[in-house]
Amino acid sequence: MAKVEFKVPAVGEYLEIPDLQPGVMAKSAPFKAAPRHQQALGFPGELVENWEERAVAKLGELLSKYRSLRVHLDACVKCGSCADKCHYFLGTGDPKNMPVARQDLLRSIYRRHFTLAGKLFPRLVGARDLDPSVLEEWYSYFHQCSQCRRCSVFCPYGIDTAEISMAAREILDEIGVGQKYCNEILGKVHTIGNNLGLPAPALANTLEGLEEDVKEDTGVDVRFPLDVQGAEVLLIPPSADFFAEPHIDGLIGYAKVFHQAGISWTLSSYASEAANFALFIGNYEQMRKVALRIRKAAIDLKVKRIVVGECGHAWRVAYSFWNTLAGPFDFLDPRYPVPQHIIEFTHDLIERGAIKLDREANDHMRVTFHDSCNVARATRMGARPGGQFVLPREVIKASCNHFFDMAPETIGEKTFCCGGGGGLLTDELLELRVKGALPRMQALREVQQEHGVTHMAAICAICKSQFSKVLPYYEFPMETIVSVHQLVSNAIQLGTNS
Amino acid sequence: MTAAVALKDKEVAVDEEGYLINLADWNEDVARTMAADDNIALTSNHWEVINFLREYYAEYQVAPAIRVLTKAIGKKLGPEKGNSKYLYELFPYGPAKQACRYAGLPKPTGCI
Repeated sequence: MAKVEFKVPAVGEYLEIPDLQPGVMAKSAPFKAAPRHQQALGFPGELVENWEERAVAKLGELLSKYRSLRVHLDACVKCGSCADKCHYFLGTGDPKNMPVARQDLLRSIYRRHFTLAGKLFPRLVGARDLDPSVLEEWYSYFHQCSQCRRCSVFCPYGIDTAEISMAAREILDEIGVGQKYCNEILGKVHTIGNNLGLPAPALANTLEGLEEDVKEDTGVDVRFPLDVQGAEVLLIPPSADFFAEPHIDGLIGYAKVFHQAGISWTLSSYASEAANFALFIGNYEQMRKVALRIRKAAIDLKVKRIVVGECGHAWRVAYSFWNTLAGPFDFLDPRYPVPQHIIEFTHDLIERGAIKLDREANDHMRVTFHDSCNVARATRMGARPGGQFVLPREVIKASCNHFFDMAPETIGEKTFCCGGGGGLLTDELLELRVKGALPRMQALREVQQEHGVTHMAAICAICKSQFSKVLPYYEFPMETIVSVHQLVSNAIQLGTNS
Repeated sequence: MTAAVALKDKEVAVDEEGYLINLADWNEDVARTMAADDNIALTSNHWEVINFLREYYAEYQVAPAIRVLTKAIGKKLGPEKGNSKYLYELFPYGPAKQACRYAGLPKPTGCI
């Protein structure tokens, strides 16, 4: 395998706006989906012959379907507010990674075909024709957007670059140019039920192993139930929670919380995945198909509640879209949020005193919290505005004595992406991922130096895997990244509520 | 796009990420050649991992979770080696992906 050599950006005292390096990331692109990955999702296997025509027609279809897309393409006044807000721009210096420039890749085609001025005087209004070089640019730079929506927080018109990049990827799939990482994974969800391709017997074996481990560690029989009909709660975690570290420590934490609260729960082998990568490729039908698996599992298992595990974009899909994609969920207990986040679930138990936590169990850690972009900017938790920022921090502070936030312009609604979101968590994009992590690494370095922070907690499987991979490039130990429910797992007092 | 791993007497096809296209093409020579291309000489400890991965895959059609793998290796090579830190020493690019590639398994996919 060819190893890409690149220079890791230096972490300075402040986050500086980089010198412009035009075209420096022009060669960055993920592997393309093979015909079988494409066809499994109903997309053409390879670039279709009349692709220019079909791309424009698809753009027209999206414009008529999503009024917001037209507004985003029309409204930009080139004010520059977004220019220095993208982590990929800050990490690479490539001007095409300025959100406005990324939008213009699609906007220029929109103007050519869907505005009068662009039809008559294309050059005067930045309109251009589709040609193979535009296609190449789209494929490269729309896969350098993690759809984190930080730029839209700063845009005076609220232009959502994520929506533009989703539309562009949707057009690319329509003409037969798909991305391998996302599309191969979606195929596995449709056939096996999760991103990993983890079949039911392997899942059962993994869960049995976890029961043994927890018994050995704590002496308590904590169960990891699978396909139990009539359980109160169906838990939908990201499948990385079954496989990777530190994710699996979070899964152990969820199980201990259910055990100690005395609430029956189950996992489903049919819907063993919270992630819904169809969001990343902007495809409504695919997103619906994935969401319907969860609805079916909940009905088949006759559960009363659905709780979603630590997965960022899954919470966006669940919180914002499930009801229209796969609702109504009128068969669930209306006294609880539908759906509910595991953080809301645990937070509620802590508030009611239904579980007890011993903060000293985490005294070897000084912890900060990385707000994941989809949770931060596309969802809420609890009953109050901003609950998605407050609740995770309250769960962490109930679990450990030493908590320190990173700089305010890097957290909350202004949080920086981990660098691996939006379907970019794939090895061939490592250079982009390492460079895109720079703003977060800078903020982490600051709290490390000021407060001796040793660990960073997160509630997103992509964030956790991305940080495990890129932290060593910035000379942090890989183990710096932890699951929030890993902290809960360490602190929870099993077997006693006194 | 396909590439190939060159063995002494033949070539076997791999995908753009270096994973075998036909899992049946695997033999010990394939693993040794892939490792040599990464400047790694396979030791008996590497082989314990590779063999466990192959056994697990034969039974479950998927790679084992990292925790399942570390536990199994801990049992075989001693508890001080049953952790992911040790596995990263053997397979610096990550036990899940690099070791699976040498073992002739498909690449694990997902948020990992």
